[in-house]
Formats: sequence, C-alpha cells, structure tokens
Amino acid sequence: MGTIFVIAEHRQGELRDITFEMLFKANTLCKDLSHKLTAVVLGGDEALADEIKKWADTILLFEHERLKNFDGDLYKEVISGLIEEYEPFITLMGHTSWGMDFAPALAIKTGYPLATDCVDIQVEDGRPSVIRQIYSGKIFTKVSFRESKSYLITVRPGSFTPEEIGEQEGEIIKKELPSDLPEPSKEFIGFEEAGAGELDITQADLLVSIGRGVGEAENIEVVRELADLMGGVLSCSRPIVDKNWLPKYHQVGTSGKSVKPKVYLAFGISGAFQHVAGISGAGTVIAVNKDPKAPIFRVADYGVVDDLFNVVDALKEKLK
Amino acid sequence: MNVVVCVKRVPMTQEVDLEIDASKKDVSKDMLAYVLNEWDNYAVEEAIQIVEKFGGAVTAVTVGSEDDEEVLRRCLAMGAEKAIRVDPGDLSLDGFVISKILAEVIKGLEYDLVLTGVQADDDNYGIVGSMLAEHLGIARAAVVNHVDIEGDEANIKVELEGGVDEVLKIRFPALLSIQTGINEPRYVSIMGIRKAAKKELQVLPVTDLGLSEDDLSARTVVEEVFLPPETEGAEIIEGDAATVAEEILRIMKEKGVSV
Repeated sequence: MGTIFVIAEHRQGELRDITFEMLFKANTLCKDLSHKLTAVVLGGDEALADEIKKWADTILLFEHERLKNFDGDLYKEVISGLIEEYEPFITLMGHTSWGMDFAPALAIKTGYPLATDCVDIQVEDGRPSVIRQIYSGKIFTKVSFRESKSYLITVRPGSFTPEEIGEQEGEIIKKELPSDLPEPSKEFIGFEEAGAGELDITQADLLVSIGRGVGEAENIEVVRELADLMGGVLSCSRPIVDKNWLPKYHQVGTSGKSVKPKVYLAFGISGAFQHVAGISGAGTVIAVNKDPKAPIFRVADYGVVDDLFNVVDALKEKLK
Repeated sequence: MNVVVCVKRVPMTQEVDLEIDASKKDVSKDMLAYVLNEWDNYAVEEAIQIVEKFGGAVTAVTVGSEDDEEVLRRCLAMGAEKAIRVDPGDLSLDGFVISKILAEVIKGLEYDLVLTGVQADDDNYGIVGSMLAEHLGIARAAVVNHVDIEGDEANIKVELEGGVDEVLKIRFPALLSIQTGINEPRYVSIMGIRKAAKKELQVLPVTDLGLSEDDLSARTVVEEVFLPPETEGAEIIEGDAATVAEEILRIMKEKGVSV
C-alpha cells in the first residue's frame, strides 16, 4: 500500500486553509487508490498536529526551535529525507510564497518531477496528471509527468473545498531532525502588516473596484467620483497598486484584503485567481469589462461587456 | 555588485481572444504581440537600480529563439551591460530544462546576485528561480517585494498571503525571485533600444554547454490545452449604457445597497 504526503503549511501557530484543502483532496485520492495519508508538520506542536488527526492516517511531527518559522532550506532537507524513507507516491504542497520557495528546490534535490499551481489532480493507470491554468486563466491545460517513483505537486489555494469526512484518529509520530543540519542561509526578522492604512475596505457594504482596464492614473478620479456619488468605497486589483496609483490598503486579493461587501462593482478587472480569491465573500459581483472572455465573468453574478467609462458615465448621469 | 537577471519573452493575452492551435497543445500565437514578461521587467529594473547604487554590471540571460532577442535588447536599453541568449534549438522546454540551461551559463559568470521574476505570464509555473538556486547551490528567496542591500547581505521582504510580509536577512550570493510592484520600471524608448544595439549580445547554442541528455529532458509534458469548462457564469446585462446603468442600480437596490 502506498502513501500520499501532505506538507502542512502553518504560520504563527495556525494552520493555513491550504493545508485542509490539500488534506481533503489527498483524502479523496487515498480512498480511490487505497493509499495511506501521511501529513507532515514541520514546526508547530502537538496541538497543531491534533487539528489534522481526523484527516490523516499518520502525522509526522517535527518540533524544533529552528522550525518555529518557515525555513525553506530545512523544509527541503527534512522532506527529501522523508521522501527517501517513506517513498510516497505523491507529495502535495501549497502553491504559496513558501511553497514556491522550497518545492522547486526539493524537486532538484530529490530528482522527482514537479508540477506547480495545480487546480486538480487525477490518477489514471498508476500515473498522476494535473490540471493547470495558463495565460491568466483563459486556457486550461492537462499536464503529465515523466515516469517516476514519486511525484511532487503544488496546489493552488482555493482549488478544493474541504467537506466533512468520516472521523478517524491519525497517529502522531514524533520525529527528530537530522543532526547534520545545514547552517541557515537566511535570518528571520519578523512579520509585517503590508496593507496598513487609514481606510478599511473590509467593512464596506459597497466596493467600487478598478483594475488594469482603467488605463491611466488620471482615470482613477473618474471612478472615485462614482464611488463617492454612490456612497461606496474605492478599491482595486493588484496592477493598480503595483503601478503606485493607489496605496496598498485599497487592494483586494490574496496579497491584499479579503472583502465581503453586499455589492462588488468590478470595473476593468480581468479576474486573476489571486483577485477572485479575495471576493469570495462578496454578496453580489457585477463586472464590467470589454473582454467577453475575461475570467471575471466566470465568477461574477452579473456582467457587462463594454468599455468601463461608458458605464461609469451613464451611472453618474443617473445619480445626478 | 554583479547581478544576473533571467528573462523571458511572453505573448500578451489580456483582452485577446485566444484560440487553440491544431496540435491542441498550445494556443495559436500567429496574431499575438510579445513583450518582456511583466515580473521580469521589475527584476531587470531592480538589478539596474542595484548596480546604479553599488557599481558593477547587469547581465541579462534568456533561453529562446532569435525572436526572443527583442527582450534582451530591451534589457540592454534599460541599462544591462551584456546579454546572453541560449538557443535551445528544437528542445522541448519545461521549467526544469530552462533552469538547467540557465545554471550552466550562470556558473561561468561572476555574480553576487541572481534575479528572476516570480513567474512567467504565459505558463505561470514559478519554478525556474528556486530550481536555479538549487543547481547553483546558493541561498534563495521567492516572491520578494523589497530589497535593501548592506555589504554582502540584504534585508528583504517576502510577500506572503493575506497582506503580510516576512522580513528576512539573506547573505550573498543569492537568488531572489522578484514580485511585481517592487519598483517603477523605467520607460524604454525606441531610440534607447537602437542605441543599445551596440552592446554585446552573445548567442550560445545549447549544444555548447555540455549538458547531458537527462539534463535536457523535460520532467513535465503538456498533454492538451482546452478552453475553460462552461460554467453558469455571469448573467450578461445587455443594452445601451443608460439601460445597463439603470439595471445595475436596480440590482444594487435589490441587494440592499441604496444609492
């Protein structure tokens, strides 16, 4: 019987959602394949491992001062050792900033093939393949691996929705770090809130949001006037902040804020998954974009295919 | 401070109707315009700002065909001193093979820092930087949105999910994958690109690098590409702008937002 590894991601004592999303998917795969699910927790403590118990057959827990915060070098060393020892069929990791740091290095260290940013995983005839999105989500692709003993996959956050599964009591096995650890190549200084500011977009009932489609910095005022007229709050997607057109605290998405307005008006936002992840709590999403194939229309409740300024001007006209 | 920056030329696919090509393994690219990958543009700017402050030179490297030289010329116009293109011939490239090729080239260069973009805008794997660091045996950090150099180390910020940055100190030599928004990439004029035509652009056939067949064989294979599965998606509001505006206001009112 084979095993599937899930590498838990946690930060400041809390498991990240991606951990449960991976556990859920791995659980389904394990049932289909009669494999055992082994969760790997580097750092953290028994309380953290307890939270995973019902999802996994086995939890390998490493408690160590050097693993209190994420350390990509140690992750690579320890996990490659575990892969050698347990020979998992598949190892799942999060496609997060930390996953992007250590997973490719792990692939080189172990020599096993890696596919990243996967939104689905299938196994046919004993070989895994994955579904990914390319060209900003406009095209999907099925990717297979060179034949291997073991396969590495990183999973896009939000791809799987964990559902309740039967209670099981995974066994926690405490493991010791190898004694010949590499010297740290980085020193952890601390965490910093990136989007602190005077405006809290998470509390707004109405967000009037702009993306790349706004074109020029000057055009932002045109939409801001509409937001003011409507009594809403101006927010935006990443490119607007990247260009320094609005401060970071306006940004909606995985690296900005998750928002939950009653109505979210998206003007010229294409709908990259990082943005869409931030509006899953929104009541109603109305998107205006001149590209009828923009991914935002796949998640919006209502769509308008038009130049955003036509619609903004018409709305202002009605409100005056 | 010598900096190597790895770049890729990618098709522009925003507001373009993409079609699957006859092989069903990629989109049809005949009608697409190409640009320097957005993340790489920020990486090049960061590299140039570093040498402007601390001295040294920037070398830009790409793996690609002659057409891809246009992004190297852009890098030269932005301020890189030298550019290298590795011609892969008809190799089937994945992130692994590209990282192997880049590593082989960069091993022969003098560098303190290697920069890549976090990911490429076309296939979004985001693996080349971290794989490359591992081949080179140097320190690495992914998704870096701030770099502050002091001597032979740097204070950096890694952008995490949920609007949190992780502050780290990293020693050189190191590889950083650069996130968009870290700086304001400079404007490049056509004149600037013409002027940079005199700078050195070296072309290396991949066969000159002495890599093994295994080094050059892809670890992943695209089986097929397809259009996103139909979902219910948005209900499209039709009509002229005035009609649309009226309908939007009606929906907003219905959802409890009165304006």
